[in-house]
Amino acid sequence: MEKMTRVSGTVSGCTMFCHLDAPANAISVCRDATQVVVAGRNIFKIYGLEEDGFVERLNLRVGRKPSLNFSCADVMWHQMEENLLATAATNGAVVTWNLARPCRNKQEQLFTEHKRTVNKVCFHPTEVNMLLSGSQDGFMKCFDLRKKESVSTFSGQSESVRDVQFSIKDYFTFAASFENGNVQLWDIRRPDRYERMFTAHTGPVFCCDWHPEDRGWLATGGRDKMVKVWDMSTNRVKEIYCVQTIASVARVKWRPERRYHLATCSMMVDHNIYVWDVRRPFIPFATFEEHKDVTTGIVWRHQHDPYFLLSGSKDSTLYQHMFKDASRPVDRANPEGLCFGLFGDLAFAAKESLMSAPQSVGDVGRKTYPGGDRRYPIFFFKKPDVTEQFAQVSSALSVFESEAGSSVGMDWFINTAQSYLLSGKPFAELCEHNAQVAKRLNRPQESTTWTMLRIMFSEPANPSLSSNHNLNKSGNLPLVNSVAFDHKTFTFTLFLAARKSLQTVYEDVFLCAENEETEGSEGQAEYLFGDAELDDDDLYSMEHDNQAEEPEYLLPQEAFPLRHEIMDHPSAPEPVQEKPESPHVSGSEAESTCLTPMESFSLISVSQLLFSPHLPPKFFCPIVKEMLCYYAEQGDVQMAVSVLIVLGDRIRKEIDELTQEHWYMSYIDLLQRFELWNVSNEVIKLSTCGAIMCLNQTSTTLHINCSNCKRPMSNKGWICDRCHQCASVCAVCHHVVKGLFVWCQGCSHGGHLEHVMEWLKQSKHCPAGCGHLCEYT
Amino acid sequence: LRYCYRSFSGQLIIGAMPLNDSTVMFLDEEFSGRMDNLTQVMGLHPHYLQAFLRCHYYLLRMDGPLPLHYRHYIAIMAAARHQCSTLVCQHVQEFEQIGVCSDWLRGLEFCPQRLRNLNEINKILAHRPWLITKQHIQALVKTGEHSWSLAELVHAVVLLAHFHALASFVFGSGVNPDPEVTEVNGVTDDICPPAMAGLCTCHLTNSNQGNRNPLRNPDTGSELEALMERMKRLLEEREDDDASEEEMFTRFEKEKKESLLVVSAGFDEEVVPPSPVARFVDDPSFGYQDFARHGEDNPPTFKAQDYTWEDHGFSLVNRLYSDIGHLLDDKFRTACDLTYYNMASHEGVDTSMLRRALFNYVHCMYGIRYDDYDYGEVNQLLERNLKVYIKTVTCYPERTTRRMYESYWHQFRHSEKVHVNLLLMEARMQAELLYALRAITHYMT
Repeated sequence: MEKMTRVSGTVSGCTMFCHLDAPANAISVCRDATQVVVAGRNIFKIYGLEEDGFVERLNLRVGRKPSLNFSCADVMWHQMEENLLATAATNGAVVTWNLARPCRNKQEQLFTEHKRTVNKVCFHPTEVNMLLSGSQDGFMKCFDLRKKESVSTFSGQSESVRDVQFSIKDYFTFAASFENGNVQLWDIRRPDRYERMFTAHTGPVFCCDWHPEDRGWLATGGRDKMVKVWDMSTNRVKEIYCVQTIASVARVKWRPERRYHLATCSMMVDHNIYVWDVRRPFIPFATFEEHKDVTTGIVWRHQHDPYFLLSGSKDSTLYQHMFKDASRPVDRANPEGLCFGLFGDLAFAAKESLMSAPQSVGDVGRKTYPGGDRRYPIFFFKKPDVTEQFAQVSSALSVFESEAGSSVGMDWFINTAQSYLLSGKPFAELCEHNAQVAKRLNRPQESTTWTMLRIMFSEPANPSLSSNHNLNKSGNLPLVNSVAFDHKTFTFTLFLAARKSLQTVYEDVFLCAENEETEGSEGQAEYLFGDAELDDDDLYSMEHDNQAEEPEYLLPQEAFPLRHEIMDHPSAPEPVQEKPESPHVSGSEAESTCLTPMESFSLISVSQLLFSPHLPPKFFCPIVKEMLCYYAEQGDVQMAVSVLIVLGDRIRKEIDELTQEHWYMSYIDLLQRFELWNVSNEVIKLSTCGAIMCLNQTSTTLHINCSNCKRPMSNKGWICDRCHQCASVCAVCHHVVKGLFVWCQGCSHGGHLEHVMEWLKQSKHCPAGCGHLCEYT
Repeated sequence: LRYCYRSFSGQLIIGAMPLNDSTVMFLDEEFSGRMDNLTQVMGLHPHYLQAFLRCHYYLLRMDGPLPLHYRHYIAIMAAARHQCSTLVCQHVQEFEQIGVCSDWLRGLEFCPQRLRNLNEINKILAHRPWLITKQHIQALVKTGEHSWSLAELVHAVVLLAHFHALASFVFGSGVNPDPEVTEVNGVTDDICPPAMAGLCTCHLTNSNQGNRNPLRNPDTGSELEALMERMKRLLEEREDDDASEEEMFTRFEKEKKESLLVVSAGFDEEVVPPSPVARFVDDPSFGYQDFARHGEDNPPTFKAQDYTWEDHGFSLVNRLYSDIGHLLDDKFRTACDLTYYNMASHEGVDTSMLRRALFNYVHCMYGIRYDDYDYGEVNQLLERNLKVYIKTVTCYPERTTRRMYESYWHQFRHSEKVHVNLLLMEARMQAELLYALRAITHYMT
């Protein structure tokens, strides 16, 4: 046997790892922190911890035949006796190993008293010969290593034992955690019943660990993804800390010399090892991210050294992690938070240092969220704790409330939802109506869109006869004008300088029409994008400059609005934002009022008639599709869905099912949030997606009880299985009602729909003669 | 009016039916509004029925990653693998009630590619779950037009396993299609004609001659006694049974191998007649093959302790499809712990050993081994007829006959045999889930 190297005093080393031959299930370290034992189904080895790497010292799996006694679920190295190890085998055996045995087989004792897998073994911290085991069969057994059999058996009276741990401070006490979520405290001298029991988790408690210093602190980890710290020193067990992790907790180990720190690893999915400060439960203090499969065993290398952590994993590696190499998630965390409330309120938390310039912050707040008011500045202060190694972050939380009726509110949404017509009229009328609605609610862009849709998809015979007149009028009008959009909070001035005659306008239009064939229809989408940004005055001021500088590009602009929905933009370099304004201008020029889309569109129809009077509606589909996507992207899913429904088959094929479904879902969700049940139901009904339509079929069952025996009716609506009586008899004809049953909610009499209707023509009283004045609506 | 419902147990159950249990009634009412035959048979064990229905309706009706019609269609696909027309009819009907995409019901080729992609894991899970690998998962999840999200996939996998197992139960206890189902439906008529319904009824009709009164049979008394005797002996022996490792290993291998020989009589690779259900089946020739085949490289044994339902399966499934873990956990636990401390006419018997033998034997056939279980017990406790029944019900339930059902445990009550079926169903479902979830875990790491 090799001579063990002793590192006296401090341990030293670096982050290092070695490959094992097989996945590890558990690891344990000897008291002087020089060797580590790794145990798993197919591995049982001892590694020496050298300065620069792991060195295999001993393979304990000897013999030709594979024995299940070697298939370890857990392993523990004795903390008093450096040659003594114990393992828990998956077949229910508890085995002790003595490294001092002269032969190759180091197995010393074999206890096969458990009937099921043994999950955990634990040596007594101070008593040399005492070993405790906990098994799947629900029993814990205490062994005296000088005897061949267990000295006492503890029955948890419940399901499997997942972990057993001797208390470090109390000689006689041990804790056991169970699959049903309970933790029990036992006195080793009293095998008849537990001292205490409490429910720690929902679902199995996979692990527990006593605090090395604080008497009575016990940490438990469970399948419910929680780590909890319990204070047992009081009469009632009290939960003092709780850490929520992202996966079920497989192991938990207190960090030596750091009162509030503990390390955890998870059972599934998450491969990292976290070190938590239990007082800061929302973000791990440190993370080790080396493993590529779940970590199955963690142990601090030395019981008084907080800087070395050893871990074994299913990925067949054994790691030594240095604390200084750990990643600190807190450094990468974003200390700012922002959240919108349902009614347009906004909460914003940021580092105090950032908030300290109050003037500028206030300004920003007001400007970004008009109508907002920094009414409740709330400051959180936390007393700095010297033992806490977390960076001190104190944040200020501000809440900006929106004023009632301001633009941040969602009134427009509700109004629009209620006023829009989605079906029941000819297409053109629907569009017309919706355009009016949008206009009334000061949403010119949407209004314009509806009008355009009407024109695009209506029959080409529709254009009004007055259009020629309008065209002439607008074409000959003076070309410089300024328009005030009183529905906006700002005013802008637009200069139009068009010097050409109507004839040249026509020519331009003609040219552009040729262009459209070669360039596709992207320009249309640009138009729409531009319109949406109307609110941004910065952009406008920029535009004005552009226009002033490049007047020669303006003429095409005027041409576009005339028939913008059918033609492409000849790659002119001016900003896209300009285009939308042009129709408004021409409209207002025509009527000398603020915009009237009708007029401008009659212009369009004329230009349509001029060269291609029979453009098929299909031609616009790509444009409309892009427009819908644009609206949805902008967050106005209402518009997207409404247009989708109104257009129906005209556009549906163009947009893929999933997107449509997504829009519908979002819109329905919004509607339901605003409690617009009727609208939401209408939308569901009108939708053409399978997944949406079936929303209406959930929770449509109506449960009825038999009127005689008050039991629920099982299979048929009219006859009770139990009392064999016909439950629903018509009060008029006294026959069983098998179809529509109508009844008064006041006296609960009723019957066939038609019978009751007839009856009520003659009488106001209940047909059953109960004297109630029935109301059927 | 239905006075009786049809199952192997026939009218015998009526008297024993604990249908006055109002909670169960309400639970069922709440969800389906009617009691089908299946529920009534399961209603023999109301405690279990409650857990079952909760899980069943959560899978089919409550919040989940998959849309409702997908769920029923997957149910149809799963049940069709075992030609279980009862379940297929039921879900065809439910699918129609949803009222969308009804052309999917014309067959697999009419449903979207995305669903058709499930065929592969459907058939593997149904017949040879040990073959499922992370490549299968990868193929479904990899980004593309027809890809599945992991959450959707987990939902689908749970549905598949649930309905495969349910098919086992339906055939195992001879649940017949509801008469109403075939009466009421208009469109489904071509799928569930009365003749098809006969697929299950036939057991009942063609084996009337075997309907002897079990209590009068003189042999059977000793049979029960013998079983109880063996259980008692095993319990005593356990204390001083020092079977070596190899011994334990060979016992497992022996059980595994022997399960090959346990084949229902007269079974050769018969071609299943084309039935209306067949339109939902892809590659119908893919059937059960024994886990351990002679002279071939067998897949490695699944070590139960390395991937357990409680630790790993639960964590994964609950992460991707919230709450289903708890419901499944509850269902497994209820099925495994269910006992009335009765064996036939004897009372106060601890049946845990027998229940564990049944459960582990199913897992054994699927190649799942528990290190801490002595497979010698299986051999002692489960007689050959029972093994034949178990193997048929779990591996190819469509071949179950009434004769098989009657050929074991003559003295036991029907409710006890239904209990056996519940155990088989849950064991099978867990085995399938373990294999599937392990593959998903491998894919994720």
